[in-house]
Parts: sequence; structure tokens; C-alpha cells
Amino acid sequence: MLHRLTISDLAAKLARREVSAREIMQSCLDQIARVDGRIHAFISHDAEDALAQADAADRELTRGVAGKPLLGIPIALKDVLAVKNQPLHCGSKILDGFISPYDATVVEKLRAAGAIVFGRLNMDEFAMGSSTENSAFGPTRNPWDIERIPGGSSGGSAAAVAADECIASLGSDTGGSIRQPAALCGVVGLKPTYGRVSRYGLVAFASSLDQIGPLAKTVSDAATLLGAMSGHDPRDSTSVPQPVPDYGAALTGIKGIKIGLPAEYMIGGLDPEAKAAVDTAVKKLAGLGAEIVDISLPHTDYAVATYYIIATAEASANLARFDGVRYGARVEGADLAEMYCGTRGAGFGPEVKRRIILGTYVLSSGYYDAYYLRAQKVRTLIRNDFLQAFETVDAIVTPTAPTAAFRIGEKSADPLQMYLSDIFTISCNLAGICGISIPCGFTSAPRLPIGLQLLGKPFGEESILKIAAAFEQDTAWHGQKPPL
Amino acid sequence: MAENRLDIRYVAHLARLALTPDEETKLSAQLGNILGYIEKLKQPDVAGVEPTAHAVPLINVTRPDAVGVSLSQEEALRNAPASASGLFIVPKIVE
Repeated sequence: MLHRLTISDLAAKLARREVSAREIMQSCLDQIARVDGRIHAFISHDAEDALAQADAADRELTRGVAGKPLLGIPIALKDVLAVKNQPLHCGSKILDGFISPYDATVVEKLRAAGAIVFGRLNMDEFAMGSSTENSAFGPTRNPWDIERIPGGSSGGSAAAVAADECIASLGSDTGGSIRQPAALCGVVGLKPTYGRVSRYGLVAFASSLDQIGPLAKTVSDAATLLGAMSGHDPRDSTSVPQPVPDYGAALTGIKGIKIGLPAEYMIGGLDPEAKAAVDTAVKKLAGLGAEIVDISLPHTDYAVATYYIIATAEASANLARFDGVRYGARVEGADLAEMYCGTRGAGFGPEVKRRIILGTYVLSSGYYDAYYLRAQKVRTLIRNDFLQAFETVDAIVTPTAPTAAFRIGEKSADPLQMYLSDIFTISCNLAGICGISIPCGFTSAPRLPIGLQLLGKPFGEESILKIAAAFEQDTAWHGQKPPL
Repeated sequence: MAENRLDIRYVAHLARLALTPDEETKLSAQLGNILGYIEKLKQPDVAGVEPTAHAVPLINVTRPDAVGVSLSQEEALRNAPASASGLFIVPKIVE
């Protein structure tokens, strides 16, 4: 049952030599064998390599290596991060056969902290989607109800943690892709501030919005992972040279902390059960000593439209590199243009095509000012809303998603409805701030997790972790396990 | 805001993306719907508002002009669909 435990539990057991890293890794591999046929969180995993890393960790433990917070802990990765000599598909056919030539910086950092880094977790193709149905490898299923989606795009990362197939995982978040699946699968998911974590070795989707972050079983585990992943990296020019605090040490009480409750987030379209759970959670936070302050983020209603201009514009440029020349699949053509068009037409799935076309259009001659430039200006208004709110509050509390997990296929025919499922998470990326989703309840029938989102100032991760930890210590939602 | 008359074939050509006739029809309808939703960005007053390109408090990030570690030619070519003599092979460009 080691796979069901947390990083802090396992680190303590490893330190006391009660268990070995190999036993922990084997326990996760056994759980994958038992449940992943139903969940499909993993596209693939290299068991031999994972066990070899576990044996290396055990040798370090025997030698008494100190100061490695993740030594012997199995952490699985979204298929968007480069791991040297392992495949990387980004959930797409177009990267068929690709083998990463180097480790992403976060992978180097996790290895330096002692982690066993393994597996390729399923995702929406190129991280574009909110349900993990857009994967070329087939959908991932929600461990709480396998007829339902796990959220997305980091659906594999959330489902694997919820189903105890790994101890924690990494995902990426461009408009909610860590927080929304974390909410829908009942785990903790953190999107760090833009610039907090290096993106070297992350396949780019929308470069002004993307961040890598952890998905974990507890807030304390997320804090441990964030500390291990963060820091300046000269290989990513958007990585900010800001000191990395001891996030675990920040998890103290919340007496007197000010939390803003934005009127614009408790809207029609928010499921009544989700609203009730969030209302109860807000009362709980007040009971724990926080001061709840009514605030307004007046440009919230423009966030989804702004996002789908900026994110698709950036994606259309970033995905130009997938052209059949240097890597991936190729469809031969009589000339270069025919080869490009054929390769991309055959290699990309429908959602990626939709976004490339939209992004190309909003950047095209005659439309740039009306769409892209205007969206960048509205982005400023959205960001200013947050910066102004943070002059009076330490954090903001909202629902993470408007509903619990929906059925597979329910929204796939209507892209706009799918986009609107990110309505509460998207502003955080546009503003470049940090956010976390934590479990705060369940719907009654079927029983599905509901997430609470806490948003913090730029580099204000300590505040949101502190609030999340206080809530978690006083509730039992995070300890609930899906019936598998 | 511009009229949303999206010429799907023209934009697909700009994006170097081959689409089937079925995809053209489907995408045109879906994108018309999405562009209709995006029209709401006409509403906020953006006069005098500076655009935000990104939210990071950094400008002009450079590194020291020093030789560092990079991929070997062999490693750089390992994932190529076609290569020879240390080069990527592509269809003939110049007659």
C-alpha cells in the first residue's frame, strides 16, 4: 500500500529505513498494472529504468546521503517535458518516434533532489484542451467515474495521482491545465508565478502563459516539489532571478490573513453544488482566522476571449517548428510547401488545427490590430484588476471550475463550451500570478470532487500554500480515495 | 473590431496546414462561432492602455558571450526523418 502514501510519509519511512525506494517504486508499478487499463493515465512508462533509479536511490540511502528532499520518491511526468533518451509525444502523432536529446531543467532539478523520474502521462495534444480527450493516444478517464473526463490538459498527471499510480506528478498550465484537472480528480495542483520555474525542456504552447507545476496528494507535498523545481535558469530567458524560499516552512497559521472573494466568480453557470462547497470553504477559512473581503475583478468576463486570441496566436508561431524537417513524422511531397502542409495536416489533430487556424488568422495582415493588439490591451486591464486587488488582500478565493467532471464526449462537439470550462482559471495565466487548486468537497450523485482555487500575488506562493495547508489540516477532503 | 470573414483556405495556406474539404467546412463553422464570442472584446475601453506582451518583470535578457555545451551533430540529427552527410534532407528547393 506504499503507493497510497504521500511524499512526507514516504520520506520519513525511507529515512528510518523502514522501506526501500525499490519497494515504493514497485508498489506504484503494481498499481499501474492493476488500474491503468481502466484509467489510461500513462501513454507509456519504462519500468526497468524506474527500478534502476530506485536502486540507485537505495544505494544513496545506505550511504546516508542527506539533504535530498525527494530521495527515492517516484514522480511521473506529463508527456510535454523532455527526459533524455525517453520518448516525448506531447499527446500528438506528429512527434512519432521522437526521443528527447536532453533533460528539461525541472527534470535535472528533480533528479538532483533525489526523485525517481518516470512515465509519460497522457495529455491533450500540445496541451490544448480541458478534458484529455484530444490526445492522439485516446482519452484518460477520471478515477472517480471512468465514464467521465479527468479534466485537462494535464489529465494524465491528475488521474495518476488520484489513482495512486505515482506519489506526485508534474503538469503544465497555460490556462488552467494543472488546476482544473486537479480539481476534477480531487488532488492538489499548483501553477507557479510566470518566471518561477524554468521552462527549458517544456514543449512550448503559448510562451507568455505556460508554466510547469506540481500535482500532489497534499499541500505540503506540493510545497516540497515547488521548492525543488523553482529557481533561476540561464537557459530560460523568462526565468526570474528571485530567491527560492523554504515553502514548507511557510505552512503556518492564517490568523489575520486577508482573502478576497470576487463577485464576478460566483456567477450563473456555476453548478449549485460547487457553489455550496466553495461557500462552505470560505466560511471555514474565516473560522480559521482569515478575514474575508468582498472584492471586484471587473474585467473577468473578457478573460476567455482574450485568452483564445493570445494563446492561439502564440501557439500558431510556436507550432510552426513541427514541419517534418528536423524531427517527428514526415509526409513526403513534391516540394517543400507540399511536405510542410501534408506533414502538418496528417500529424496534428482537430483541436490543434483549430487553434493554429485561429491564431494565424488573428495575427494575419489586416486583423492584427483588431484582435491580437486589442487582446493584449485587455490583458493589461485584467492584470491591473488583480494587482489592484492585491493592494488590499493577500490572496483571492474562487471555485476552480464551474462544474465537476463532465461525461466523455459531452463537450467535444462544441469547442466554445469546452473553452468556457476554463473560465475561472484563465485570468491567472493572463495576469502572470500564481494559483493553487485544493479539494473542498464532492457532488452528491455521482460523487465527484470539487476544487477550491486560491490565487496569489506574483511570487506569492507562500501565502496561497499557507492558506491551502490551513484548510487542508482542518478538513478531510484530500484523504478521500476513488473506488478503484 | 474586424468583420469575422475567415477565408479558411487562405488562412490554412498561411499556416502551411493541409485540410480536407470536410475539415474546411467544420472548422469554418466552429471558428465563426468562436469569433462571434470574441466580439465581446469590442466592449471594454482600451484607449490609452498599453498592451501586455508578457507578465515577467524582465527586459533584454542576455547571457555572457561564451561558448557552452551544445548537442553534437549526431545527436541533433538523431530525430531527423531524413539525413545524410551530417545534414537534414528536404525536397529540392532550387532547380
